[in-house]
Amino acid sequence: MPNIRQIRRRIRSVQSTAKITNAMSMVAASRMRRAQQRGLQGRPYAQQIRGVMSHLTALPQTGEAPHPLLQQRPVQRIAYIHITADRGLCGALNSNMNRAAHQFIAEQSAPVEVVAVGRRGRDFMARTRRELRAVFMDLGYLPSLLDTLAISRVVMEDYENGRVDQVYLGYSDFINTVLQRPVIQRLIPVEPAPLEPLYNVEYIYEPSPETVLGALLPRYVEMLVYHAVLEHIASEQSARMVSMRNATENAKSMIEDLTLTYNKARQEMITKELLDIVGGVAALEG
Amino acid sequence: MPFRLEVVTAERSVFSEDVDLVTVPGIDGELGILPHHAPLLTALTYGEMVIRRGHEETSIAIGGGFLEVRPDKVVVLADMAERAEEIDVSRAEAARKRAEEQLTLGPALVDTLRAEAALRRAEARLRVARHRRGTGAPSTEAGMQARAGD
Repeated sequence: MPNIRQIRRRIRSVQSTAKITNAMSMVAASRMRRAQQRGLQGRPYAQQIRGVMSHLTALPQTGEAPHPLLQQRPVQRIAYIHITADRGLCGALNSNMNRAAHQFIAEQSAPVEVVAVGRRGRDFMARTRRELRAVFMDLGYLPSLLDTLAISRVVMEDYENGRVDQVYLGYSDFINTVLQRPVIQRLIPVEPAPLEPLYNVEYIYEPSPETVLGALLPRYVEMLVYHAVLEHIASEQSARMVSMRNATENAKSMIEDLTLTYNKARQEMITKELLDIVGGVAALEG
Repeated sequence: MPFRLEVVTAERSVFSEDVDLVTVPGIDGELGILPHHAPLLTALTYGEMVIRRGHEETSIAIGGGFLEVRPDKVVVLADMAERAEEIDVSRAEAARKRAEEQLTLGPALVDTLRAEAALRRAEARLRVARHRRGTGAPSTEAGMQARAGD
């Protein structure tokens, strides 16, 4: 039976941990909502640009080579954007993402270089001795499009210079607050969405379809990266919210157990003291 | 016969209302859109977008993007878009000064393209902000360049 004072100290420490985890879970909940909101606000743009893209790519080819970002090349080198959190305490989110990435890289026949977004992923890639092309950290919990532009610029430049022939994007897909799933998808060459039959009308393009498409494609890629980052943040915050809530609950049940032990120990001590007194009195009278 | 105009950026939807006329800064010059315009897709540059509803005029500063005229609505996909009332004049002024200073340093010292872009962005903001205050507003010449649709 541990000493009463030790138990008391233990209860107090668990209590303060519970307070912290509870606060963290509430902070994460509000950040998650804000990230989700950001994502929703960007949805009209995403839908529009996707629609325009499918239009342009569905146009009859003019005989010229397609835009570089649409061109399929033999794959000699792959770039992979790995989006993870800067911090832990968000359940298995980071390790799931890292595991998925590890498997993905192992499956590729061409060498893969990594663009790490987030400290956790960077550390993992460094530990497993992957080639790191670029590292982005401290994007904050509500980055703007501008904050994520550097990421897409790096890979687009590498692609256009012929340094890499394919670019993949890996992030945690937010399914709901308790479920996030690592997703790895191809970013470049861009795969245009199928054409919606509803808007199958003849457009006037100014100055020409090629120039419009040329200006549109980089923005499309930037938009996809931005949304992946937002998606990841919503996942990270919701994973943190859930795991911190669990931690708070665990702490509470631990406090209950400890309180029980504490009371038992206290009672036992009183009983022992009483016995001592009774014994002492008995000895005196005897 | 008003039509629906939507101005969206990657981060938010800036404007979505029924309007009578809109002029935008196309890369080949100012461009006016009236109801029933033929389907069009064009790239935009930095500048002021003027929206007319009845006798009411509002403007939005935009920093490049695209304009899509569809049968059901007109959509502007902007890289940056700020309504006149959102613009912080002193900040835009400071940004313009900074960009101008950088440009005088010459191409060896600064990223000229970036500085120029910043300059044009700041100027677009200032133009919109001034326009709203009704001092030194540039005429839009909307009617002259408006292209009638079908």
